[in-house]
Amino acid sequence: MSQPKPRLERIWPLLPGLAALLVTTLLLLAMGTSPIDAYSAMWQGAFGTSARVYSVLAFLVPLLLAASGLLLTFKAGLWNIGIEGQIIMGAVAASWVALRVQLPAGLQIPLELLAAMAGGALWAALAGILKTRGGVHEIFGGLALNNLAILFTNYLIAGPWQPPEGGSFRGTQPFGAHALLPLFENSRLSLLSLALAVVAFAGVALVLTNSHWGLRLKALGQNARSAFLLGVSSNREMLLAMAVCGALAGLGGGVRVLSWFDSLRQSISGGIGYLALMVVLLAGFRLVLTPLVAFFFSAVLNGSITLQLRTQLHSALGDILTGVLVLLVLLFGNYERVRRAFRRRRSQADG
Amino acid sequence: MQVHLNTIHKQFGSLVANDEISIQFEPGRIYGLLGENGAGKSTLMKILSGYQQPDRGEIALNGVVQHFATPRQALAAGVGMLYQEPLDVPVFTVLENFLLGRADDGQRPQQSAKALAQLAGRYGFQVDPHEHTRELSMGERQQLELLRLLAGGAEVLILDEPTTGISAEQKDLLFASMRTLAREEGKTLILVSHKLDEVQELCDYAYVLRKGRLVGGKQLPCPNQELVDLMFDELAPRPARQTAPGDVLLDLQHVSARTPRLELEPVSLHVQAGQVLGLAGLEGSGQELLLRACAGLLPLSGGSLRLAGEPQPDWDYPRARQHGVAYLAAGRLEEGLIAGLTLTEHMALVSNAHGLLVDWLQNRQLAAQHISTYQVVGQPESYIENLSGGNQQRFLFAMLPQNLKLILMEHPTRGLDIRSTDWIWEQLDRRRADGTAIIFLSADLDEIAARSDQIAVFSGGRLLRSVPAAETTADELGHLIGGAL
Ligand SMILES: Nc1ncnc2c1ncn2[C@@H]1O[C@H](COP(=O)(O)OP(=O)(O)OP(=O)(O)O)[C@@H](O)[C@H]1O
Ligand SMILES: [Mg+2]
Repeated sequence: MSQPKPRLERIWPLLPGLAALLVTTLLLLAMGTSPIDAYSAMWQGAFGTSARVYSVLAFLVPLLLAASGLLLTFKAGLWNIGIEGQIIMGAVAASWVALRVQLPAGLQIPLELLAAMAGGALWAALAGILKTRGGVHEIFGGLALNNLAILFTNYLIAGPWQPPEGGSFRGTQPFGAHALLPLFENSRLSLLSLALAVVAFAGVALVLTNSHWGLRLKALGQNARSAFLLGVSSNREMLLAMAVCGALAGLGGGVRVLSWFDSLRQSISGGIGYLALMVVLLAGFRLVLTPLVAFFFSAVLNGSITLQLRTQLHSALGDILTGVLVLLVLLFGNYERVRRAFRRRRSQADG
Repeated sequence: MQVHLNTIHKQFGSLVANDEISIQFEPGRIYGLLGENGAGKSTLMKILSGYQQPDRGEIALNGVVQHFATPRQALAAGVGMLYQEPLDVPVFTVLENFLLGRADDGQRPQQSAKALAQLAGRYGFQVDPHEHTRELSMGERQQLELLRLLAGGAEVLILDEPTTGISAEQKDLLFASMRTLAREEGKTLILVSHKLDEVQELCDYAYVLRKGRLVGGKQLPCPNQELVDLMFDELAPRPARQTAPGDVLLDLQHVSARTPRLELEPVSLHVQAGQVLGLAGLEGSGQELLLRACAGLLPLSGGSLRLAGEPQPDWDYPRARQHGVAYLAAGRLEEGLIAGLTLTEHMALVSNAHGLLVDWLQNRQLAAQHISTYQVVGQPESYIENLSGGNQQRFLFAMLPQNLKLILMEHPTRGLDIRSTDWIWEQLDRRRADGTAIIFLSADLDEIAARSDQIAVFSGGRLLRSVPAAETTADELGHLIGGAL
């Protein structure tokens, strides 16, 4: 019964991208920089050498893991803002194993990754329990838990996990080589982590399109009351969705400490959780678009770091571009909504 | 205001909901719009009220051709519609809902509240401007919506199945106000309904749609049979029902329950396997509470509940489901069906299948099978919210598991046409014969009198009386309920 979509509606998702590019271009012109130079510098920064491509991919891994998890929670109608804290707690848990446990490499790394998943899952489950038992909305619970996770990291770095030489408050001592993920060609990319991210995304895609659990989450997200009456135990499914999302985010946090860095740092996530939220929103919760948008974000953000070195521009250009993009998509991304608003405006003018 | 609909055509994919319909409505009269479930009544009225646009055809008001892109434009031109499913915003107060979507005319809240009260007074409606809409009953929400339309300048009022789910008292009030609006204020009224007696009582003229076409019109009153003949090909006679109740299935001892609005005083009742218990009473008299308590959706505040002889101290909804108790709520799309899911997805959701992955092919076949046995107008891929109201109800029934012990229902045939109603009760009777007990509540006393074995009458949170259905009539029930006021 699907009706052919009008042309405009089909190309609509592309428009905010073009508009964001336009806004950024104008901004560059206003600052007296050649946009072509800037964009080519950015492109060079992201894809200029193979090392840079690896860097883009390495940054993508935790972002894609978190975004995959968020696809689950969003489907269940949950705003898992606490994802940032879940990434951090994953990093903390992985660090704990890396610092305190000595095993042969074949066991060490799997244990670290499992710990990372457990840490993230636990932190997410906490937000879930606050919601189901305490009636605390997951947004507020999540924000509070994010701050707690940051405080906890700072405490660990400054206290029990302080490097022996002391002085630096910026991170723990580097983990032993056996505890770190093997890196690809001297980059920050671990192929194992990339493979895990791809598998995680594929798993989420399968869950959402073809599993009973995914269907229950969808039902819950669309109408929790009806879903309950149809036999979906809402609390359990919500908690499970949170925990699985937290586990994926935690895994991302683990990858951050075990490959992108080599130790637990103060801003270990650096906002990847919030970035993942933007990715999923921008992708309009659509499966296929999510990894593409995540890749785009990763490329733009990595590219703009080099941009700063090449031109006088601040690396914030990448942030500006993505920020404007998100704003535009949130405002105008939904074709139906825009059309309705437009009609309303017109009808007001008529009436 | 005179309304001309000219060759209105509306298609959803390959389904023709309105097929070149030309129809005319005169001011000062009340029209009935009849037709079986899915005939296209709501679609036609949504087009007239700007909620949907026709593919072809035109609308003329007092001879002037109009184009409505939104309900707001239609209301500005004088056409207002009360939808089958209420559209108000539950968290808003009555006053906020009243003001919703109106141009800001610079009135202060007090003035608006006064205007609202005045308007309500004219039609005998009682509304408290500061109450939250979610606290209101169906009938009160409807009154509020009607007032909003009138304040917005509606000259043509469309009411889509307004009497389903409201109390008899509210219905009388609604009909009185409709008469006033037509006879004294010269407005044009259109009533969409499945209840022929109501239409006969209220309307001057009835149009009948069948499968998207206008098949005729009749001056009213006329014999019901003439309308039925227009609406349906043929109607099977209602089979006589036999009852042979079995053991006591559900036994309630001094059960009480409460919500912030109402307290149900201790009730002792029982239902036997294969028996039908009808709960009668004005809306909000306590029968809903009892039903929800039986379903485990409302905790008992006192008393005890036994199912098949077993005491159930920790009765809740998941447990009730496990024990073969099903519950069908009044609000279809709010409690029961999930907008945004297709029929196939609904099937897969309730299929309870083991295994990780959904077998879409099998569920699609299952959906198709239910669609044909329950004669639902729709496809497995249709989104549930796109089905007509009656078809949604049929699909709800189609989703009920087999081998239930007890079925609890609020307004089971609300929004169903006569044939569907008979058919649904036939299905229920078949389950009853297999020993399923049924408890239902309905605003339709005829339905209660005709379909129950035992009838419990409620008033003000109290069980007034429980009588065998054979010993009473709908009339008597009406007096009982009314007299208790
Ligand atoms: N948005 C939509 N998308 C697809 N099909 C639709 C949509 N709206 C209505 N239909 C279909 O059009 C037909 C007519 O629906 P309509 O709601 O007008 O029926 P109705 O006469 O009001 O029935 P009822 O008495 O059950 O309310 C139905 O078969 C319905 O499934
Ligand atoms: Mg209808």
